[in-house]
Amino acid sequence: MKDIAIHSQEKDIREDLPWKQINTDILRSLDNPRRGYWYSIIVCLVLLAIGFTAEVIQYQHGMGMSKNHPHMWNLYIATFIFWIGMSHSGTLLSAILHIVHADWRKPIYRFAEAMTTFSLMTALLFPVIHLGRLWNFYWVVPYIPSRGTWPNFRSPLSWDGFAIMTYLTSSALFLYIGMLPDLAIARDNTTGWRKRLYSTLSLGWCGNDRQWRVFRKAYMLMAIFLIPLAVSVHSIVSSDFAMSINPGWHVTTFPPYFVAGALYSGCAAIITLFILLRYYFRWEEYMTLPILEKICKLTFAIAMMWTYLNLVEFASVWYGHDVYGKEVLWGKMTGAYAPAFWSMMFFGSVLPFTLAFRSLRRHIPTMMAVSILLNVGMWLERWMIVSPTLSQSFYPWSWDVMWPTLTSWAIVLGSFGWFGLLFLVFVKIFPSVSMYEVKEMVYHRKLATEKAAARVGGAAPAYGAHMKKEDAV
Amino acid sequence: MKKSHRLLGLFSNFDEATKAIYDIRADKVSGVSVNDVTLISPIEHPEVEEALGDRGVHVQFFTLFGGLFGLIGSWLWISAAQATFLVQPQGGKPVVTLVTNFVLNYEMMILGGVLFTLIGLLVGARLPSRPGTLYSEKISLDQIGILLEVNEPNLAPLKSLFHLHNVVEIREEIIR
Repeated sequence: MKDIAIHSQEKDIREDLPWKQINTDILRSLDNPRRGYWYSIIVCLVLLAIGFTAEVIQYQHGMGMSKNHPHMWNLYIATFIFWIGMSHSGTLLSAILHIVHADWRKPIYRFAEAMTTFSLMTALLFPVIHLGRLWNFYWVVPYIPSRGTWPNFRSPLSWDGFAIMTYLTSSALFLYIGMLPDLAIARDNTTGWRKRLYSTLSLGWCGNDRQWRVFRKAYMLMAIFLIPLAVSVHSIVSSDFAMSINPGWHVTTFPPYFVAGALYSGCAAIITLFILLRYYFRWEEYMTLPILEKICKLTFAIAMMWTYLNLVEFASVWYGHDVYGKEVLWGKMTGAYAPAFWSMMFFGSVLPFTLAFRSLRRHIPTMMAVSILLNVGMWLERWMIVSPTLSQSFYPWSWDVMWPTLTSWAIVLGSFGWFGLLFLVFVKIFPSVSMYEVKEMVYHRKLATEKAAARVGGAAPAYGAHMKKEDAV
Repeated sequence: MKKSHRLLGLFSNFDEATKAIYDIRADKVSGVSVNDVTLISPIEHPEVEEALGDRGVHVQFFTLFGGLFGLIGSWLWISAAQATFLVQPQGGKPVVTLVTNFVLNYEMMILGGVLFTLIGLLVGARLPSRPGTLYSEKISLDQIGILLEVNEPNLAPLKSLFHLHNVVEIREEIIR
């Protein structure tokens, strides 16, 4: 019975994939994507142009283009939180799955980490954009007060600056370090400017035992650092709100709620990008349906966690004696923001149930649509955090329904173009599936299968036979 | 004594490469020690590295130093900045605030740890460097290399040992 179980279980990846083919398939992404890739580039360029034009208009005419209101920046800050949240799953999940040796992460972690880095780079645009006075952008950086600006280290906004810069630096380094052996493979298999680029970036990596030993330990140490870092970053972003006394924000569940929301939107984005890369580069062998199913299950679990934290927050406001908080919550549910609020609840808490069905999880177009809608829900979540409270806070002069202007929407759309462009350029220049780790995955799984077969009376395990002798020419 | 030749054997699988290392370890070629062996492989393979014996890695000390440096250094840096805020009205709050500063110190501890881990990696792995003249691009494809520096009398026995374990290719150079 046992051997039947071994063979009938669907594999995350084909165990007989020759290593030579892994190199060829992954490096093909540097040359020859499907036409859809180029269409996506065009879409991103158009979005970026729209956003850039809107920003130029806002720069010329002032922040009144976003709305003539004291909280004209709310859409920008909601989108800032959205992008910070999006950045969370990539590096955090990669680090967690690395520490627990979940090898199905291997074909997908590289692009997820790149997503983290580029989401952070996109998020960082918004504090600058929402200032209005772009030329003073460096004022957002906390520095010793030689300019007489007296940064307040007690403010969560200062903490944000530290936390996000630390996260961006660490995530980018984690991405780069994990890519070193693959850069060496790319160096050995390319010519011209690419060879020069990969030669420089691979730092002369040759894969000797000294390098692997140090690499293994350093990579693990970085992964260990990144987990508490990622949790702290979004907790700190939540402190921007929770540390104030505004109704709807001054809630103790905010930090875990933000972290869960961040993981949720990041996982949904991983599904979207997984499907796109699988299509662009014909990576059906690597981005397989069993791996997609695993990400979907993880997303479903996180969606339920997010739903639970939402309900806890509603319950604590509802059953507490915070009349103002209750008024904001009631305003969200029944007032001008009700369509956005209920859409958020539907996309965030009901739609994820599609992920509970195997047949739907394996249907690529459905998963593409669901993952995008989940992120629409998560964007609405951020919008519902920022706007209703500002519309009904303790200051009567700020009471208003905050519908953004076309200029604001255009800048937000532009951010998607910016992110998309960075990501698409990255996957065309660098191997976005880890070749050496996919080889490890194939190798170790094959060994495990052979050993299991040998235990139940099959052939003896061919230890180390990852290729045939006659292929080794 | 300075070795006169450098020899690289390329193997098609880890099994044969591991057996060759164990044979060297068992002194089957006199004058060649397992300490002279460098294993070059396309994937991380701790099981085969075990055959080479214990070779220390010290990157964790860099990490520890970096973490402490970030934690203590940022506390000093931020406190020094806050100490110049005395001209501002503080509203009864302390000038140097331990609790809120801890958030920043925590972030800087992680940043310090990560940056020094990177430095530890570069120092420990001796990067940047050149892959070496014997380096074969086949290693980044699917072959496993065993690299040794030996004297001329040991060359032939070592090559025989490699052939015994089905070596795919042998490359050698004279060390000048």
